Amino acid sequence: MRILGTGSALPGLTVDNERLMEFLDTSDEWIRTRTGICSRQIMTDETLLQLAVRASEAALESAGLSAADIDYVLGSTVLADTITPSLACALQGALGVAGAALDINGACAGFVYALDVADAYLSSGKAKKMLVVCAESMSRIADWTDRATCVLFGDGAGAVVVGAGEGFLCSHLTSEGNAAPLNMYPNPGNSPFATVRQPATSLYMDGPEIYKFAVQHSVDDLRLVIEKAGLSPDGIDHYLLHQANRRIVEAVRVRFKQPEEKFPTNIEVRGNTSSASIPILLDELNRAGRLRAGETIAMSAFGAGLTTAACVIRWTGA
Amino acid sequence: MIFEKVAEMLADYKGIDVSTIAPESTFADLELDSLDVADLVMQIEDALGVNIELDPSVTNMAALVKRIEEAKNA
Repeated sequence: MRILGTGSALPGLTVDNERLMEFLDTSDEWIRTRTGICSRQIMTDETLLQLAVRASEAALESAGLSAADIDYVLGSTVLADTITPSLACALQGALGVAGAALDINGACAGFVYALDVADAYLSSGKAKKMLVVCAESMSRIADWTDRATCVLFGDGAGAVVVGAGEGFLCSHLTSEGNAAPLNMYPNPGNSPFATVRQPATSLYMDGPEIYKFAVQHSVDDLRLVIEKAGLSPDGIDHYLLHQANRRIVEAVRVRFKQPEEKFPTNIEVRGNTSSASIPILLDELNRAGRLRAGETIAMSAFGAGLTTAACVIRWTGA
Repeated sequence: MIFEKVAEMLADYKGIDVSTIAPESTFADLELDSLDVADLVMQIEDALGVNIELDPSVTNMAALVKRIEEAKNA
Protein backbone atom coordinates (compact mmCIF):
# COMPACT_ATOMS: atom_id res chain seq x y z
CA MET A 1 0.00 0.00 0.00
CA ARG A 2 1.08 3.55 -0.53
CA ILE A 3 -0.69 6.82 0.14
CA LEU A 4 -1.60 8.66 -3.06
CA GLY A 5 -3.47 11.64 -1.62
CA THR A 6 -4.63 13.19 1.64
CA GLY A 7 -7.60 15.33 2.61
CA SER A 8 -9.39 16.62 5.68
CA ALA A 9 -12.43 18.65 6.63
CA LEU A 10 -13.51 20.40 9.79
CA PRO A 11 -16.82 21.91 10.85
CA GLY A 12 -17.04 25.69 10.84
CA LEU A 13 -17.60 26.54 14.51
CA THR A 14 -14.53 27.20 16.65
CA VAL A 15 -15.19 26.60 20.34
CA ASP A 16 -12.41 27.92 22.55
CA ASN A 17 -12.00 27.15 26.25
CA GLU A 18 -13.55 30.46 27.27
CA ARG A 19 -16.73 29.49 25.46
CA LEU A 20 -16.89 26.26 27.51
CA MET A 21 -16.51 28.25 30.72
CA GLU A 22 -19.90 29.82 29.96
CA PHE A 23 -21.68 26.61 30.93
CA LEU A 24 -19.06 24.36 32.54
CA ASP A 25 -17.22 24.67 35.82
CA THR A 26 -13.81 24.62 34.17
CA SER A 27 -11.03 26.98 33.22
CA ASP A 28 -8.82 27.67 30.25
CA GLU A 29 -5.80 27.06 32.48
CA TRP A 30 -7.03 23.65 33.65
CA ILE A 31 -7.82 22.49 30.10
CA ARG A 32 -4.56 23.78 28.63
CA THR A 33 -2.28 22.38 31.33
CA ARG A 34 -4.06 19.06 31.53
CA THR A 35 -4.55 18.44 27.80
CA GLY A 36 -2.89 21.13 25.69
CA ILE A 37 -6.23 22.01 24.06
CA CYS A 38 -7.08 25.67 23.43
CA SER A 39 -9.95 25.26 20.99
CA ARG A 40 -11.73 22.68 18.89
CA GLN A 41 -14.05 22.65 15.83
CA ILE A 42 -17.59 21.52 16.60
CA MET A 43 -20.47 20.54 14.32
CA THR A 44 -23.52 22.77 14.23
CA ASP A 45 -25.57 22.28 11.06
CA GLU A 46 -23.08 20.00 9.25
CA THR A 47 -23.67 16.30 8.91
CA LEU A 48 -20.80 13.89 9.36
CA LEU A 49 -21.35 12.77 5.78
CA GLN A 50 -20.76 16.31 4.53
CA LEU A 51 -17.43 16.43 6.36
CA ALA A 52 -16.51 13.00 5.03
CA VAL A 53 -17.39 14.03 1.47
CA ARG A 54 -15.26 17.17 1.70
CA ALA A 55 -12.30 15.26 3.10
CA SER A 56 -12.69 12.60 0.41
CA GLU A 57 -12.89 15.11 -2.44
CA ALA A 58 -9.78 16.82 -1.11
CA ALA A 59 -7.95 13.49 -0.92
CA LEU A 60 -9.01 12.53 -4.45
CA GLU A 61 -7.85 15.87 -5.80
CA SER A 62 -4.56 15.51 -3.91
CA ALA A 63 -4.12 12.09 -5.55
CA GLY A 64 -5.02 13.38 -9.00
CA LEU A 65 -7.87 10.88 -9.15
CA SER A 66 -11.65 10.93 -9.27
CA ALA A 67 -14.38 8.89 -7.61
CA ALA A 68 -14.52 6.74 -10.75
CA ASP A 69 -11.02 5.45 -9.93
CA ILE A 70 -12.02 4.10 -6.50
CA ASP A 71 -13.20 0.53 -6.12
CA TYR A 72 -13.50 0.31 -2.33
CA VAL A 73 -14.58 2.79 0.32
CA LEU A 74 -13.42 1.99 3.84
CA GLY A 75 -14.86 4.13 6.61
CA SER A 76 -13.79 4.42 10.22
CA THR A 77 -16.17 5.95 12.72
CA VAL A 78 -17.61 5.35 16.16
CA LEU A 79 -20.94 6.87 15.23
CA ALA A 80 -22.02 8.11 11.80
CA ASP A 81 -25.16 10.08 10.96
CA THR A 82 -26.93 6.71 10.83
CA ILE A 83 -26.26 3.48 12.71
CA THR A 84 -27.08 1.88 9.40
CA PRO A 85 -26.35 2.47 6.53
CA SER A 86 -22.64 2.76 7.27
CA LEU A 87 -20.64 5.94 6.77
CA ALA A 88 -18.76 4.25 3.92
CA CYS A 89 -22.00 3.32 2.21
CA ALA A 90 -23.40 6.84 2.50
CA LEU A 91 -20.09 8.18 1.22
CA GLN A 92 -20.02 5.74 -1.69
CA GLY A 93 -23.47 6.98 -2.69
CA ALA A 94 -22.61 10.65 -2.28
CA LEU A 95 -19.38 10.40 -4.28
CA GLY A 96 -20.73 8.03 -6.92
CA VAL A 97 -18.11 5.34 -6.31
CA ALA A 98 -18.80 1.98 -7.93
CA GLY A 99 -17.55 -0.60 -5.49
CA ALA A 100 -17.75 -2.05 -2.01
CA ALA A 101 -18.23 0.01 1.12
CA LEU A 102 -17.46 -1.02 4.68
CA ASP A 103 -17.07 0.67 8.06
CA ILE A 104 -14.74 -0.41 10.77
CA ASN A 105 -14.97 0.66 14.39
CA GLY A 106 -11.45 0.68 15.79
CA ALA A 107 -12.28 3.64 17.99
CA CYS A 108 -9.40 6.10 18.12
CA ALA A 109 -7.06 3.49 16.60
CA GLY A 110 -9.36 3.26 13.56
CA PHE A 111 -7.10 4.97 11.02
CA VAL A 112 -4.09 2.72 11.54
CA TYR A 113 -6.35 -0.33 11.67
CA ALA A 114 -7.91 0.86 8.39
CA LEU A 115 -4.50 1.32 6.75
CA ASP A 116 -3.66 -2.23 7.73
CA VAL A 117 -6.91 -3.52 6.24
CA ALA A 118 -6.27 -1.50 3.07
CA ASP A 119 -2.76 -2.93 2.82
CA ALA A 120 -4.16 -6.45 2.98
CA TYR A 121 -6.79 -5.77 0.32
CA LEU A 122 -4.37 -4.05 -2.02
CA SER A 123 -1.65 -6.67 -1.55
CA SER A 124 -4.12 -9.43 -2.37
CA GLY A 125 -5.34 -7.59 -5.44
CA LYS A 126 -8.90 -7.52 -4.14
CA ALA A 127 -8.91 -3.74 -4.52
CA LYS A 128 -6.85 -1.41 -6.65
CA LYS A 129 -7.60 2.06 -5.32
CA MET A 130 -9.21 2.54 -1.94
CA LEU A 131 -10.62 5.58 -0.22
CA VAL A 132 -10.04 5.42 3.53
CA VAL A 133 -12.06 7.98 5.46
CA CYS A 134 -12.15 8.58 9.20
CA ALA A 135 -14.99 10.84 10.27
CA GLU A 136 -15.97 11.44 13.85
CA SER A 137 -18.73 13.47 15.48
CA MET A 138 -17.38 13.33 19.03
CA SER A 139 -19.59 16.25 20.03
CA ARG A 140 -22.61 14.00 19.52
CA ILE A 141 -21.43 11.30 21.90
CA ALA A 142 -19.82 13.37 24.64
CA ASP A 143 -21.76 14.39 27.72
CA TRP A 144 -21.71 18.18 27.63
CA THR A 145 -22.49 18.37 31.33
CA ASP A 146 -19.37 16.36 32.22
CA ARG A 147 -16.44 18.79 32.36
CA ALA A 148 -13.97 15.89 32.61
CA THR A 149 -14.73 14.62 29.12
CA CYS A 150 -16.56 17.04 26.84
CA VAL A 151 -13.66 19.53 26.85
CA LEU A 152 -11.39 16.91 25.28
CA PHE A 153 -13.09 16.32 21.97
CA GLY A 154 -13.50 17.88 18.56
CA ASP A 155 -15.20 16.90 15.30
CA GLY A 156 -13.63 16.32 11.93
CA ALA A 157 -12.82 14.04 9.04
CA GLY A 158 -9.54 12.87 7.54
CA ALA A 159 -9.12 10.85 4.36
CA VAL A 160 -6.44 9.16 2.29
CA VAL A 161 -6.54 7.58 -1.14
CA VAL A 162 -4.35 4.49 -1.25
CA GLY A 163 -3.11 2.20 -3.99
CA ALA A 164 -0.74 -0.73 -4.34
CA GLY A 165 2.87 -0.04 -3.44
CA GLU A 166 5.65 -0.70 -0.99
CA GLY A 167 4.96 2.18 1.37
CA PHE A 168 3.42 0.21 4.25
CA LEU A 169 6.49 -1.23 5.94
CA CYS A 170 4.88 -2.98 8.92
CA SER A 171 2.21 -2.78 11.56
CA HIS A 172 1.33 -4.06 15.00
CA LEU A 173 -2.28 -4.17 16.15
CA THR A 174 -3.57 -5.23 19.54
CA SER A 175 -6.79 -5.44 21.43
CA GLU A 176 -7.48 -5.92 25.13
CA GLY A 177 -11.18 -6.55 25.50
CA ASN A 178 -11.96 -4.25 28.40
CA ALA A 179 -14.95 -1.94 28.30
CA ALA A 180 -14.56 -0.64 31.84
CA PRO A 181 -12.22 2.33 31.35
CA LEU A 182 -13.72 3.64 28.08
CA ASN A 183 -17.21 2.91 26.87
CA MET A 184 -20.55 4.08 25.59
CA TYR A 185 -23.88 2.22 25.48
CA PRO A 186 -26.59 2.61 22.83
CA ASN A 187 -30.35 2.94 23.02
CA PRO A 188 -31.50 -0.45 24.43
CA GLY A 189 -34.67 -0.53 22.35
CA ASN A 190 -38.11 -1.51 23.55
CA SER A 191 -38.31 -5.24 23.01
CA PRO A 192 -41.03 -6.62 25.27
CA PHE A 193 -38.91 -9.75 25.68
CA ALA A 194 -35.74 -8.17 26.97
CA THR A 195 -35.21 -8.93 30.65
CA VAL A 196 -32.10 -6.76 30.90
CA ARG A 197 -31.79 -3.25 29.51
CA GLN A 198 -28.49 -1.40 29.72
CA PRO A 199 -29.47 2.27 29.62
CA ALA A 200 -27.98 4.48 26.91
CA THR A 201 -24.93 6.47 28.04
CA SER A 202 -22.60 9.13 26.75
CA LEU A 203 -18.92 8.44 26.32
CA TYR A 204 -17.25 7.51 29.62
CA MET A 205 -13.50 7.54 30.13
CA ASP A 206 -11.19 6.85 33.08
CA GLY A 207 -8.58 9.49 32.24
CA PRO A 208 -5.56 8.43 34.30
CA GLU A 209 -5.95 4.74 33.45
CA ILE A 210 -6.24 5.48 29.73
CA TYR A 211 -3.29 7.87 29.94
CA LYS A 212 -1.06 5.18 31.47
CA PHE A 213 -2.29 2.59 28.97
CA ALA A 214 -1.72 4.96 26.06
CA VAL A 215 1.81 6.01 26.99
CA GLN A 216 3.02 2.52 27.86
CA HIS A 217 1.51 0.89 24.82
CA SER A 218 2.51 3.64 22.44
CA VAL A 219 6.15 3.38 23.54
CA ASP A 220 6.16 -0.44 23.31
CA ASP A 221 4.27 -0.57 20.01
CA LEU A 222 6.45 2.07 18.36
CA ARG A 223 9.66 0.33 19.47
CA LEU A 224 8.32 -2.90 18.05
CA VAL A 225 7.28 -1.58 14.63
CA ILE A 226 10.40 0.54 14.24
CA GLU A 227 12.56 -2.50 14.90
CA LYS A 228 10.34 -4.66 12.65
CA ALA A 229 10.90 -2.10 9.89
CA GLY A 230 14.66 -2.47 10.36
CA LEU A 231 14.99 1.11 11.53
CA SER A 232 15.93 2.98 14.69
CA PRO A 233 13.97 5.66 16.59
CA ASP A 234 16.50 8.27 15.45
CA GLY A 235 15.97 7.13 11.88
CA ILE A 236 12.23 7.85 11.87
CA ASP A 237 11.48 11.23 10.30
CA HIS A 238 8.00 11.83 11.69
CA TYR A 239 6.05 10.39 14.60
CA LEU A 240 2.31 10.86 14.21
CA LEU A 241 0.51 9.94 17.40
CA HIS A 242 -3.21 9.93 17.96
CA GLN A 243 -4.02 13.38 19.26
CA ALA A 244 -5.72 12.40 22.50
CA ASN A 245 -3.78 14.57 24.90
CA ARG A 246 -0.67 16.65 24.33
CA ARG A 247 0.87 15.19 27.48
CA ILE A 248 0.68 11.68 26.03
CA VAL A 249 2.54 12.82 22.91
CA GLU A 250 5.12 14.59 25.07
CA ALA A 251 5.54 11.60 27.41
CA VAL A 252 6.21 9.31 24.42
CA ARG A 253 8.55 11.82 22.79
CA VAL A 254 10.61 12.19 25.96
CA ARG A 255 10.94 8.41 26.28
CA PHE A 256 12.19 8.22 22.69
CA LYS A 257 14.54 11.17 23.25
CA GLN A 258 13.43 12.83 20.02
CA PRO A 259 13.09 16.55 19.18
CA GLU A 260 9.69 18.22 19.16
CA GLU A 261 9.66 18.73 15.37
CA LYS A 262 9.41 14.97 14.92
CA PHE A 263 6.26 14.80 17.06
CA PRO A 264 3.87 17.30 15.44
CA THR A 265 0.61 18.07 17.19
CA ASN A 266 -2.60 19.84 16.28
CA ILE A 267 -4.62 18.90 19.34
CA GLU A 268 -4.23 22.51 20.50
CA VAL A 269 -6.81 23.60 17.94
CA ARG A 270 -8.53 20.32 17.07
CA GLY A 271 -9.12 18.53 20.36
CA ASN A 272 -9.35 14.75 20.23
CA THR A 273 -11.06 13.82 16.95
CA SER A 274 -10.76 10.07 17.57
CA SER A 275 -9.81 8.08 14.46
CA ALA A 276 -9.79 11.27 12.36
CA SER A 277 -6.92 12.77 14.34
CA ILE A 278 -3.98 11.13 12.57
CA PRO A 279 -5.29 11.56 8.98
CA ILE A 280 -6.16 15.21 9.70
CA LEU A 281 -2.63 15.78 11.04
CA LEU A 282 -1.15 13.89 8.08
CA ASP A 283 -3.09 16.06 5.64
CA GLU A 284 -2.02 19.27 7.40
CA LEU A 285 1.63 18.21 7.26
CA ASN A 286 1.31 17.20 3.62
CA ARG A 287 -0.27 20.48 2.57
CA ALA A 288 2.32 22.42 4.56
CA GLY A 289 5.01 20.69 2.49
CA ARG A 290 6.58 19.05 5.52
CA LEU A 291 6.67 15.53 4.08
CA ARG A 292 9.35 14.52 1.58
CA ALA A 293 9.32 11.43 -0.61
CA GLY A 294 11.35 8.67 0.99
CA GLU A 295 10.77 9.84 4.55
CA THR A 296 9.49 7.42 7.16
CA ILE A 297 6.45 8.05 9.32
CA ALA A 298 5.73 6.04 12.47
CA MET A 299 2.13 6.17 13.62
CA SER A 300 0.68 5.10 16.94
CA ALA A 301 -2.91 5.17 18.11
CA PHE A 302 -4.88 3.80 21.06
CA GLY A 303 -8.55 3.80 21.88
CA ALA A 304 -11.63 2.18 23.31
CA GLY A 305 -11.54 -1.57 23.18
CA LEU A 306 -8.94 -1.20 24.34
CA THR A 307 -7.30 -1.10 20.94
CA THR A 308 -3.83 -0.07 19.93
CA ALA A 309 -2.31 0.15 16.48
CA ALA A 310 1.10 1.22 15.27
CA CYS A 311 2.74 1.19 11.87
CA VAL A 312 5.65 2.54 9.91
CA ILE A 313 5.03 3.87 6.43
CA ARG A 314 7.35 5.32 3.84
CA TRP A 315 6.04 8.49 2.32
CA THR A 316 6.13 8.14 -1.44
CA GLY A 317 4.86 11.64 -2.18
CA ALA A 318 1.23 12.78 -2.55
CA MET B 1 15.01 3.54 50.55
CA ILE B 2 11.99 3.44 48.28
CA PHE B 3 10.70 6.74 49.60
CA GLU B 4 14.04 8.44 48.88
CA LYS B 5 14.12 6.99 45.36
CA VAL B 6 10.56 8.06 44.59
CA ALA B 7 11.11 11.52 46.10
CA GLU B 8 14.19 11.94 43.94
CA MET B 9 12.28 10.91 40.81
CA LEU B 10 9.43 13.24 41.69
CA ALA B 11 11.78 16.16 42.38
CA ASP B 12 13.38 15.58 39.00
CA TYR B 13 10.01 15.26 37.23
CA LYS B 14 8.53 18.41 38.76
CA GLY B 15 11.75 20.42 38.97
CA ILE B 16 11.32 20.95 42.73
CA ASP B 17 13.59 20.67 45.77
CA VAL B 18 13.60 17.07 47.05
CA SER B 19 13.67 18.33 50.67
CA THR B 20 10.13 19.70 50.21
CA ILE B 21 8.79 16.17 49.73
CA ALA B 22 7.72 14.35 52.90
CA PRO B 23 5.90 11.03 53.39
CA GLU B 24 2.76 12.89 54.39
CA SER B 25 2.93 15.22 51.35
CA THR B 26 -0.25 14.79 49.37
CA PHE B 27 -0.28 14.89 45.59
CA ALA B 28 -2.39 18.03 45.86
CA ASP B 29 0.32 19.65 48.07
CA LEU B 30 2.88 18.75 45.41
CA GLU B 31 0.63 20.11 42.62
CA LEU B 32 0.40 16.74 40.90
CA ASP B 33 -2.76 16.07 38.94
CA SER B 34 -3.91 12.53 38.18
CA LEU B 35 -1.96 12.43 34.89
CA ASP B 36 1.22 13.52 36.71
CA VAL B 37 0.68 10.65 39.15
CA ALA B 38 0.17 8.23 36.27
CA ASP B 39 3.39 9.47 34.64
CA LEU B 40 5.32 9.18 37.89
CA VAL B 41 3.97 5.68 38.51
CA MET B 42 5.11 4.62 35.03
CA GLN B 43 8.62 5.92 35.72
CA ILE B 44 8.68 4.06 39.04
CA GLU B 45 7.52 0.89 37.30
CA ASP B 46 10.31 1.20 34.72
CA ALA B 47 12.95 1.97 37.34
CA LEU B 48 11.97 -0.64 39.94
CA GLY B 49 10.61 -3.34 37.66
CA VAL B 50 7.22 -3.52 39.36
CA ASN B 51 3.63 -3.18 38.24
CA ILE B 52 1.49 -0.80 40.26
CA GLU B 53 -2.26 -0.46 39.91
CA LEU B 54 -3.45 3.13 39.86
CA ASP B 55 -5.88 3.69 42.69
CA PRO B 56 -7.71 6.94 43.50
CA SER B 57 -7.38 6.13 47.22
CA VAL B 58 -3.59 6.62 46.97
CA THR B 59 -3.34 10.34 47.55
CA ASN B 60 -0.01 10.91 49.28
CA MET B 61 3.63 9.83 49.13
CA ALA B 62 3.38 7.39 52.07
CA ALA B 63 0.48 5.54 50.46
CA LEU B 64 2.32 5.40 47.13
CA VAL B 65 5.46 3.99 48.77
CA LYS B 66 3.35 1.38 50.58
CA ARG B 67 1.78 0.39 47.25
CA ILE B 68 5.25 0.05 45.68
CA GLU B 69 6.48 -2.10 48.59
CA GLU B 70 3.45 -4.36 48.22
CA ALA B 71 4.17 -4.70 44.50
CA LYS B 72 7.83 -5.54 45.13
CA ASN B 73 6.91 -8.21 47.66
CA ALA B 74 4.17 -9.72 45.52
